[in-house]
Amino acid sequence: MLRTKICPYSIRTVYENKYMGAYMIENIIKIENVKYKYEKESNDYALNGISLEIKQGEFTAIIGHNGSGKSTLAKLINSILLPTEGKIYVKGMDTSDDSKLWDIRQAAGMVFQNPDNQLVATIVEEDIAFGPENQGVEPSEIRKRVDDALNTVGMYEYRKRPPHMLSGGQKQRIAIAGILALNSDCIVLDEPTAMLDPSGRREVMDTLKKLNKAGKTILLITHYMDEAVQADRVVIIDKGGIKLDGTPKEVFRNIDEIKKFGLDVPQVTELAQELVKEGINIPTDIIDVKELVDLLCQ
Amino acid sequence: MSIKAENIKYIYSEGTPFRTVALDNISIEVKEGDFLGIIGHTGSGKSTLIQLFNGLEKPTEGKIIVDEITVGEDKKLLSKVRQTVGLVFQYPEYQLFEETVAKDVAFGPMNLKLPQDEIDKRVRESLELVGFNFNKIKDASPFDLSGGQKRRVAIAGVLAMKPNYLVLDEPTAGLDPAGRNDLFEKIKTLHKKANVTVILVSHSMEDIAKLVNRVIVLYKGKIHMEGTPKEIYSQAEELREIGLGVPQVAEIVNELRSRGFNIRTDILTVEEAKEEILKEVRKRNV
Repeated sequence: MLRTKICPYSIRTVYENKYMGAYMIENIIKIENVKYKYEKESNDYALNGISLEIKQGEFTAIIGHNGSGKSTLAKLINSILLPTEGKIYVKGMDTSDDSKLWDIRQAAGMVFQNPDNQLVATIVEEDIAFGPENQGVEPSEIRKRVDDALNTVGMYEYRKRPPHMLSGGQKQRIAIAGILALNSDCIVLDEPTAMLDPSGRREVMDTLKKLNKAGKTILLITHYMDEAVQADRVVIIDKGGIKLDGTPKEVFRNIDEIKKFGLDVPQVTELAQELVKEGINIPTDIIDVKELVDLLCQ
Repeated sequence: MSIKAENIKYIYSEGTPFRTVALDNISIEVKEGDFLGIIGHTGSGKSTLIQLFNGLEKPTEGKIIVDEITVGEDKKLLSKVRQTVGLVFQYPEYQLFEETVAKDVAFGPMNLKLPQDEIDKRVRESLELVGFNFNKIKDASPFDLSGGQKRRVAIAGVLAMKPNYLVLDEPTAGLDPAGRNDLFEKIKTLHKKANVTVILVSHSMEDIAKLVNRVIVLYKGKIHMEGTPKEIYSQAEELREIGLGVPQVAEIVNELRSRGFNIRTDILTVEEAKEEILKEVRKRNV
């Protein structure tokens, strides 16, 4: 698949083929030996020497229990916090470089947990226009970006509504549209579905998968394992360090280890491993219901 | 003793274009000792229903009767109703405001004008019920605690009012799996040891399945299904149609059945599923 993307900074051709090799994708986020502590005097590091590279177009899920450091990491990428030690680069820009602050936030847009904390305007389309307006984008271009963004998240027909009349899932899709209108390459989401019901969660996940297919880099912080299994890559953070990093299959097969981190594993993986212990001949890294059912019905 | 809802109808924004029938002809009874789960997607009427239970909202039609008191009939009895039915809102930790944990929990009983030694006793008991070491936690600032701990302090504040019924609205939203399991253990203990009737509102199917003994499914303001967790979750297709999920195990079981596996429908845990699948697989291989 050959896709041409136009960024504000350069025109670049991305050869993207996740499954058939031929990578020519650069790292959109590069984290080098980052340490972070909230208090100068303390020796408590929220992040303790993390290195991570996120490739352009990758869908990464970051999981870890409360206090493991995952939200700190998100805030560091967005330059809301600056590393105590080490460096973070977003599209090659150093997050501690003050002059690049707005470019960094434009390149990696952020969606937070509570939908009510991030919508600012009284009408949906005005809310989405807020970002590009502040960047001084031409009005006709803003109109186009707002309409495109609304269509992408499937909320065009709600453009004249006040945000408080929307459901939680709809509000989060508006927040995502706000970032799309900034032409961000990367979207960082900090537990965007924690306050949503199952159908709201599905709406948000479907939107993220669609955006990822269209080339956006997605970094999803979540507590829900069923969301993490839908990513290309899962990173588990515990006590400020990266403990596991790989495809969902590679990561979730380590059931005992993951439980030690205070996390759940998908029930289907657990069931598969229990069956293996009883002598049933199936792989130990099943993460999908259909996969297990197919194997059992052979 | 019970909470009874009789033919409840509740309409929001009557007389405006936004008129919404939030609850439509609801009749239920929550008996003392029950552990009831209420599920439904956003906007199905769950939160409205529990606000009626303790008199925060008045039904448009119908009656709510709490331990023989008809809610709203006599305004003087409203505070009695609110003390009887303790309501823990979503994200209750945002309601903490005092300097110390002990003071925060004491706020409710103080307003009941109880004697000081009774207040002290209740504060200690409530904090211990939610799993704290009283002496260690009492002087801490609520704002220095973790999310899960804050939430337990907020629940202790409601318990200090000695409610007969404890209503929890999405008590584990935003907690990680360990925090969630921990809080549910505490709620289970409360139900058993302190003999509190618990009403749990949640959209986490796994949690409801593990805890409650009766489930009510709300859909578009009506009671759509009612039964034990096993009865409810064996109808995976129906639940999905109304925007709810089922525990992944139930999904596996349903999928296997549709492919000709002879397996029970009312399976809720990984352990049960394993046993059932093994039985069938071994039968096939003989």
